[in-house]
Amino acid sequence: MEYWLPLIFVSLMGLALLLYIILDGYDLGIGILLPLATDDEKDRMIETIGPFWDANETWIVLGIGILLIAFPSAHGMILTHLYIPVTLMLFGLILRGVAFDFRVKVTAEYKRLWNNLFFIGSLLAAMAQGWMLGTYVMGLESSFTSIAFSIAISFSLPAFYVVLGCGWLFIKSSGEIYTKAAKWARTAILPMGIGLFLISIATPIASSTIAAKWFTLPAAIGLLPIPLMTGVAYITALWVLSKEEILRAGYGWIVFVCMVVMCLMMALGLAYSIFPDIVIGKLDIWESAASTASLEFALIGTAIAVPMILIYTAFIYKIFYGKSRPLSYE
Amino acid sequence: MELDPFLLSRIQFAANISFHILFPSISIGLCWLLVFFRLRYTLTGDKDWEYAYFFWVKVFALTFALGVVSGITMSFQFGTNWPGFMERVGNIAGPLLGYEVLTAFFLEASFLGIMLYGKNLVSNRVHLISSFLVAIGTTTSAFWILSLNSWMHTPAGFTIENGVFMVDDWMEIIFNPSFKYRFIHTVTASLLTSAFFVAGISAWRARKNVDGPATWKVIRTGVVLAAIVAPIQIFVGDLHGLVALENQPAKIAAVEGIWETEKGAPLTLFGFPDEETRTTHFAVEVPKLASIILTHHADGELKGLNEFEEAHPPVAPLFWSFRVMVGMGFLMLAVAWWGSYALFRDKVGPWLLRTLSWMTFAGWVASLAGWYVTEIGRQPWVVQGYIRASEVVADHAGGMVLSTLIGYLLLYAFLLLFYILTLMHMSSKPARSLKESMDFAAPSIGTPGSAVTLGAL
Repeated sequence: MEYWLPLIFVSLMGLALLLYIILDGYDLGIGILLPLATDDEKDRMIETIGPFWDANETWIVLGIGILLIAFPSAHGMILTHLYIPVTLMLFGLILRGVAFDFRVKVTAEYKRLWNNLFFIGSLLAAMAQGWMLGTYVMGLESSFTSIAFSIAISFSLPAFYVVLGCGWLFIKSSGEIYTKAAKWARTAILPMGIGLFLISIATPIASSTIAAKWFTLPAAIGLLPIPLMTGVAYITALWVLSKEEILRAGYGWIVFVCMVVMCLMMALGLAYSIFPDIVIGKLDIWESAASTASLEFALIGTAIAVPMILIYTAFIYKIFYGKSRPLSYE
Repeated sequence: MELDPFLLSRIQFAANISFHILFPSISIGLCWLLVFFRLRYTLTGDKDWEYAYFFWVKVFALTFALGVVSGITMSFQFGTNWPGFMERVGNIAGPLLGYEVLTAFFLEASFLGIMLYGKNLVSNRVHLISSFLVAIGTTTSAFWILSLNSWMHTPAGFTIENGVFMVDDWMEIIFNPSFKYRFIHTVTASLLTSAFFVAGISAWRARKNVDGPATWKVIRTGVVLAAIVAPIQIFVGDLHGLVALENQPAKIAAVEGIWETEKGAPLTLFGFPDEETRTTHFAVEVPKLASIILTHHADGELKGLNEFEEAHPPVAPLFWSFRVMVGMGFLMLAVAWWGSYALFRDKVGPWLLRTLSWMTFAGWVASLAGWYVTEIGRQPWVVQGYIRASEVVADHAGGMVLSTLIGYLLLYAFLLLFYILTLMHMSSKPARSLKESMDFAAPSIGTPGSAVTLGAL
């Protein structure tokens, strides 16, 4: 158990953070797109994420929670290093989260202010997350390469969220917003692709630990499906976006699926690069693991609760299935 | 001046948690009130209960959102500012926080979607169950976080290996000595806070004739709930105090302003405690009463602050917070009983409504003061008797912590301002269906008509 428990928890943490990136990714992406829409369209766009965002955001609390439960010393090391970006992300998530409610409840003159804060909060949170991801992948170094790398990701991740958000709009909206989403996605997908491509090239250059893992045979051959699948998903998304008739026939959701596949592949690649460390080059998952008794106790609850969470999350997505309707409390 | 990152981190944590607790202290109780409104509507078919629900669910959504986002901040603060805490007690604190996320956060966040926006998409039964699950979620959340908080005050069920806390018995950890008192005291506080909150806002709405009979039903619900809960709360608070006396005598000594151990200690009603001279200036005392209350003997011995050199909490903040909490508690009791009496006699005058609306946030004052007694009362320890807060703080530059602290304070001030402005704006408007579907004469205060309308409640 002493060997397996940290493995189980690191996988769960990875799963929670992956779900977070996908789920909160689409709603943060929609938040970032908000200024491009008319006032009425803003309402329609927020309707598509209203019932979901709170549960989506809970996945990061679970991810960080597992880091805290299972790897307490890594939790402290990572979060103290990321003090500034974490604080900025929290400011962003706070503003975005309360803007959902304030924008529809304040007097008309303040609605514009809260729409702007909705956008600023979403963008700030997305950029701060990119920065955190970049610094983390660079092993929490504060070198020039690490900073440059973090800046690159803090622009690429929001671009990724934007395309994901457009994918979500294809699923949940129709009419003018659907058309606009196609336009936005076409604009964002190129810089996103270039950004991600550059990051993939830069990663092994910037980190020799990761380079060693990628370019040794036979692992390199086993890893090939990851870049291949990512490339296929990206090109499929590009192709769907370029075909007006496919989009008009209602197949825009393919873009969303492609983004999910890309995200999954990148997460696998990242997990392979980092494992078995939890802080690259500093701490591995067994060194930083909490005591076996604590992990066993946490595992019981996790084994019961996580399947239940997945079931009722599916139930809620089913209830709100299909094109979104105006949000009403009544 | 040298910036002390420890002090700044403490202030930042205090600011975050003070801001956070404002919202759960309303939403835990308010959520149960919403279940009550929905249940009343389902059972009686009386539209007023549905209007009450429509209005208050909007207030709940706003309050809940503020609680969620400020709560997320808390979960990151442990790592960013107090990494030593998790390194030392992570084996105990981690799973407790984990259970909160797994059993409460997802439940409330997920079913909130149905509760708020799913009314037309699901049956009345599923909607009612969803509201119920959100209420269960908020209360379960309180259960786990208060278990951890109580453990920090009265640690139990562990052993220490190389400075790291190891689990010995989970039942002893979860149900540690102060847990049940703290849990009941906090949930009851939330019921009381939300009771005054709904009664206060509704009283304001009643004076402006918004929403007619539905508003009056809410006033009655709030006032009667407060009248029942306030005495229970005072009783539970007293029990909680006795547990603190047993486990944290330094806290009680500071609360009562007892400088030297004495038998037959007087109860200091009022005064200005001064730590430098170790006296309470202008003290107004009742002989022997502190001993009688705390030990149930006129000559019972109470430990003084002299027994806890260098390890007792600051006296003045505790002394004052406690008096604010107790004073506010008794004021709430008096107003709730007065209000219930007036409501049952059908003699609600403008003064009662005014008093209720002034006391809309009375629960906030009492809750904050109560939490200051509890939390400042644990200082200088973070885990009572074992770990000092200064041992677990992160080694950040003072300037950096100061800048984030200023950021948080500005953000919180801005949000609090908007929260209250928005509540006022929302309160001045009727629940939408009400405006559309009904046009009734609202009762006007102080006229014979009001008694008739109230009689129909």
